Amino acid sequence: MREYFDKELRELNNQLIEMGSLVEQAIKNTVGILLKGGENGIDKAVEYEERINSAEKTIQNHCIKLLLHQSPVASDLRSISSALKMITDLERIGDHAIDIAEMSVYMLGKDNIYSMTHIPEMAEKASEMVTLAIDAFVSKDTELAKRVHDTDDVIDDLFNRVKDETVEIIHGDKDLGTQAIDVVMVAKYFERIGDHAVNIAEWVAFSITGSTEFE
Amino acid sequence: MDKFSIENMDLYYGNFQALKNINLHMQENKITAFIGPSGCGKSTLLKSLNRMNDLVEGCKITGDIRLDGEDIYGDMDINILRKRVGMVFQKANPFPMSVYDNIAFGPRTHGVKSKRKLDEIVEESLRAAAIWDELKDRLKKSALGLSGGQQQRLCIARALAVKPEVLLMDEATSALDPISTGKIEELCLKLKNEYTIIMVTHNMQQALRIADNTAFFLLGEMVEYGDTDSVFSSPKDKRTEEYITGRFG
Repeated sequence: MREYFDKELRELNNQLIEMGSLVEQAIKNTVGILLKGGENGIDKAVEYEERINSAEKTIQNHCIKLLLHQSPVASDLRSISSALKMITDLERIGDHAIDIAEMSVYMLGKDNIYSMTHIPEMAEKASEMVTLAIDAFVSKDTELAKRVHDTDDVIDDLFNRVKDETVEIIHGDKDLGTQAIDVVMVAKYFERIGDHAVNIAEWVAFSITGSTEFE
Repeated sequence: MDKFSIENMDLYYGNFQALKNINLHMQENKITAFIGPSGCGKSTLLKSLNRMNDLVEGCKITGDIRLDGEDIYGDMDINILRKRVGMVFQKANPFPMSVYDNIAFGPRTHGVKSKRKLDEIVEESLRAAAIWDELKDRLKKSALGLSGGQQQRLCIARALAVKPEVLLMDEATSALDPISTGKIEELCLKLKNEYTIIMVTHNMQQALRIADNTAFFLLGEMVEYGDTDSVFSSPKDKRTEEYITGRFG
């Protein structure tokens, strides 16, 4: 019976890695549209979101089945409950990725106001945090997870800088007001992506150590 | 508060050491579960708590077992100890007599003669064991005619009739169907307000459902002891983790 359960747990692990990889690709695609433009990217973004949502449902059903059939305890219980929590964060990151992609489309053909702010740096940092969180999960590495946790302050600072920069843009040219609001929203989405990456990192730590706290 | 405290206890059956340096403090009004693979010593330890092992030839115990601070292997009268520490076994063992006489047996042995008092004790004990409504019209019928689950609750009622302080349960539900098991688990949760319960169980879900604290035993050693949720969610010892996740045992 243990052999069967181990096989199911390996399968769950692979499903999570696959979902994590989809989320990474979705962010990469979104950042591409945001900073470089490209109408074709939006179709891809929609496709990624659908695949991420479907992966969430599949993994959720798998976790519920394992809870029902195996009554897991100890590290098994921690792995499965962490998986259930992580997929919610991954799915939210997917939502934010498409939110950003949709807002970027409005910008097509206009001067890219994003490059006037720290948005490119936020995009890079948020992507890095998601990648690190997923790597921490794949390699069961609490050190990597802690790095995600520690990077959160950086992205929070960047968000505040973008806010200040946006105010300056509006002061300089009132016609840019609407676009400037978009900049703040995009910045907020990236900041939230950072928060979800931190949540994932905390669940990685929980599945390994039994605590969501980092020493 | 500690009801039972065990310090540096070793137990030998002849040359075989069945329990090794056990140190364990069990709290009053709590349910403590002993878990572990067959032969790990958990039932042996349970039996030591009301000196059932005295009947086993060649059994030698060293160290200290105290009930409310009093050494149970010292000057304590063994009849008083067994009155204070009752036991329910894996297989229900009603006496071949009526329901009423089963319950009245203990109090009579301890000198209660008044019919009115005995009636009171019988009703009170059967109510406490959540079986009064089922048996109140069958008090004079043989206890052997009851179902397995009813017989086991009758045995709990019988144990409660002498007003013990501690109830030892040795796999008391392992031979019962899920409904009867559920009734006894619910009963334990109710009884712990007045009694201290110490149980041996092979059913880990049962320990999870009702025990406040759990001790894991392996090869005569107590490997880990702690609050049940911690033991089952984040065990400290690798051997506990391997046993409860079914990797061995």
